[in-house]
Amino acid sequence: MSVLLEVEDLARIHGRGCDRCLEVTGPEHGTNRCRFCGSVVALRGASFALERGEVLGVIGESGSGKSTLVRLLCFDEPASSGRALFHEADRVVDLFALDAARRRAFRDTRLGVVYQNPMLGLALSISAGGNIAERLIAAERVRYAFLRERARALLERTGVPVARMDEPPARFSGGMQQRVQIAKALATEPPLLLLDEITTGLDLSVQARILDLVLELQEQLAVSMLVVTHDLGVVRHLASRTLVMRHGAIVEAGLTDQILEDPSHPYTQELVSAAL
Amino acid sequence: MSYVAVKGGGEAIREAARALEALRAMAGGPSLDPRQIEHQLHFLHGRVMSEGGLADADLVSLAIKQALGDPLEAALYLRAHRSTRPRLAETAPLDTARMRLVRRISAAFKQVPGGQMLGATPDYLHRLFRFELLEEDPTALERILADWLADRPNDLPPPTAPKVLDALRAEGLLPPLQPSSETAFDITREPLGFPVPRSAALAIMARGETGGLLALAYSNMRGYGDIHPTVGELRVGYLPVELPHPVTGEPVEVGEVLLTECEIVAMFAREEEGPPRFTVGYGACFGHNEVKAIAMAVLDRAMSAAAAAGGPKNPSEDPDFVLLHVDGIESHGFCIHYKMPHYVTFQSDMDRLRRARAEAARAEGRAP
Amino acid sequence: MRQRSADALLPLGHGFGYLDEDAKRELRRAIFKAVCVPGHQTPYGSRELPIARGFGTGGLQITLALIGPEDVLKVIDQGSDDSVNAANLRRLFLATCPGVRETRRTQEASLIQTRHRIPERPLRADQILILQVPYPDPLVVVEPNESKRRLMHGRADYAKLWVKLYEGMVTFSEITISHRYPTRIAGHYVIDPSPIPRFDVPKLHRADCLYLFGAGREKRIYAVPPHTTAEPLTFEDVPFRVEDFTDPATGRRRACSRCGSTTSFLDEFFDETGARLFQCSDTAFCDEELAGRGAAA
Repeated sequence: MSVLLEVEDLARIHGRGCDRCLEVTGPEHGTNRCRFCGSVVALRGASFALERGEVLGVIGESGSGKSTLVRLLCFDEPASSGRALFHEADRVVDLFALDAARRRAFRDTRLGVVYQNPMLGLALSISAGGNIAERLIAAERVRYAFLRERARALLERTGVPVARMDEPPARFSGGMQQRVQIAKALATEPPLLLLDEITTGLDLSVQARILDLVLELQEQLAVSMLVVTHDLGVVRHLASRTLVMRHGAIVEAGLTDQILEDPSHPYTQELVSAAL
Repeated sequence: MSYVAVKGGGEAIREAARALEALRAMAGGPSLDPRQIEHQLHFLHGRVMSEGGLADADLVSLAIKQALGDPLEAALYLRAHRSTRPRLAETAPLDTARMRLVRRISAAFKQVPGGQMLGATPDYLHRLFRFELLEEDPTALERILADWLADRPNDLPPPTAPKVLDALRAEGLLPPLQPSSETAFDITREPLGFPVPRSAALAIMARGETGGLLALAYSNMRGYGDIHPTVGELRVGYLPVELPHPVTGEPVEVGEVLLTECEIVAMFAREEEGPPRFTVGYGACFGHNEVKAIAMAVLDRAMSAAAAAGGPKNPSEDPDFVLLHVDGIESHGFCIHYKMPHYVTFQSDMDRLRRARAEAARAEGRAP
Repeated sequence: MRQRSADALLPLGHGFGYLDEDAKRELRRAIFKAVCVPGHQTPYGSRELPIARGFGTGGLQITLALIGPEDVLKVIDQGSDDSVNAANLRRLFLATCPGVRETRRTQEASLIQTRHRIPERPLRADQILILQVPYPDPLVVVEPNESKRRLMHGRADYAKLWVKLYEGMVTFSEITISHRYPTRIAGHYVIDPSPIPRFDVPKLHRADCLYLFGAGREKRIYAVPPHTTAEPLTFEDVPFRVEDFTDPATGRRRACSRCGSTTSFLDEFFDETGARLFQCSDTAFCDEELAGRGAAA
């Protein structure tokens, strides 16, 4: 396997920041708010690599920095420092060095993002097919027959009844909305999917079916995924490797099985025993 | 013989103007005197002056007369007239503490330096008809004025008073005044861009349509927003206007304008730096327009507090929404323009509808 | 004591072209910029005029900034020189621009101010067509926030407009935009060509004349300079279609009931007896066709 994404020393600080922010926050201080300037260190020193075709889990409670990580990688918010390198066949793209237009083009063609809240990923009043079409058009495909055909295939692939492709997702159930989001994310066949708490808030049986779908797609399309969740079951089901995050920092990383069977960091031990 | 749809538009509009003029003449004389308009229609006059954005009492009266009392139309006369005038000079910022007051109240304190001054206000009137005004004796007005003046000592200096909020500011309960070196944005000369400079936002609202400002501010007071404003100070009076002397450059008083000014104080916010403080809103406009000045202050506070708290959550907090929809000249013009011919666009709409109906019929397998 | 008689009020007149000269200079600067960046909506300090906003104050300001005493002016609305708004604007020009000659003949005009139509006959390089614009921004139907729209234009991000076309196709098997058809200028900016019918959109493409668009209320000026591409947004496999004047009864294209033209944009209306009639919307064109037919007979 080869590396797809390399993240180096990534950090995100909300607020004006000061010299002491990094010294007085983090897991060992039990907080991510700087007591000198009040800034919040949402993410610090995050370094990891994602292999091509790999599913990497990111687990932690709210405020651990896991969702911040996703938002930085899809350019929803700016990084305070650090790098992210994306390896293409013939070149390496330094993501945060891209200008606004190239970021957008990168996001349209190389990334698929699925949010916990479908409102962030979908225009709920535009038809399911129209949502998928928007992403295809953003990548410059403006043949109507192609848009229809591709939307139909993607919805079929993600288990949305094709008969409902012209209905707005506002009328769909939560699970079905997530399927449309996944179909939209896959529209341009991106090599990387970012999944942020995509099963949170769904019924257990619906959760299981969405996870099965993700696993199936991963096996067939060999797409790399970063799966962010607070749910140990989700990483157990999907991720071969897992990062554990707390107070903005990665506290443990390793094979998912190993982390679940034999957690080394006290926080991970707490997390695992709480889930048992 | 075919029928011609549009012919003789010129003739038609000339006749329309004559019919309107006849409407004005319907009750016979006497014709309204501009001075009577200014005083007997005091509040209409003030509203038109502020929305027209031109402090010329005579032209305001003439505009009201020509517009048959329609405040939006009257304001348009003033704005159109402004477009023919070059901008010759700019005043330095004027200190409203120098205002010659005719009315001044604070709802925040029982007593304020300079005193509460109820002045002329309809606030506490009983809104009961006075039928005797239907046929008022021409000498009655003279008598009313003479009576009122007889009670006024005329050796007092013109009343001025310090600003009520200065005391709160000195105590640190309000954000400190930020001295600004930027010149005020002239909305009548420069294209507006977003984000809008505060001076431009205030200027737009100062010329804004009273009803529009009130509706948006009311939404903020009622719950689409979080304000419970306290009127820190409301003052109405004549403010001396100074211009730089063309030769010496020294400020010279060139006249005074009637102004309403309102400062509201609202619930405090957690500051990113420093202790918590009240938030404030500012409103001011030409003429005697209290509801407009209060509404403007509420919207000013709503927009600036929302900007500080990470963005608008309600329409009244969104500068894009508020500032592009409160100008009466624009909203009025656009609304009435729908009365103009739209034959071509409607033809185009019918074409699409017929086509869509034909497609629908085809899909259902029936004849169109 | 303030006492001003009617006489004292009178000298408050205006110069040639109504606006003060500073205003005209700023307008000309905005026009130059608009011509230099085809399709870009250039903001300007729009002035109020003695007609209401929405009645053509944007077009009027462009015309007043460009017009000189030697100009020959044509004013049309709905294709007609005689509709109420055209007549009213013409009256204003004649009163405020002494020396300017008016014409109804398209070929004679150096400046043409119009609302909702482009004349049938192609315009020459020495003619300028000035269109009145109610909504300058084609993105307003998909994004109400002005700041976001500006970013979208900068990036030429028009995916949401195509989605609107897609949704029309899904619902009605047709692109449902009737007029104000979004049109891409010189391969980048998409403009709202003002409420002209789709029939007139192809006239913008690589034309000899200069097209100027003025929105008074929304304070924007934009341009389609001569010989610039103007492509209506559509799908590669769904043709852009102009208004269809085929008579379903006969299958033939309807003709103007007055001059007999079968190529012009037609107004549809009812006469006193309730019978349906079709006539050229461009009345000057219709008059010429009629005269030509008379001469030929």
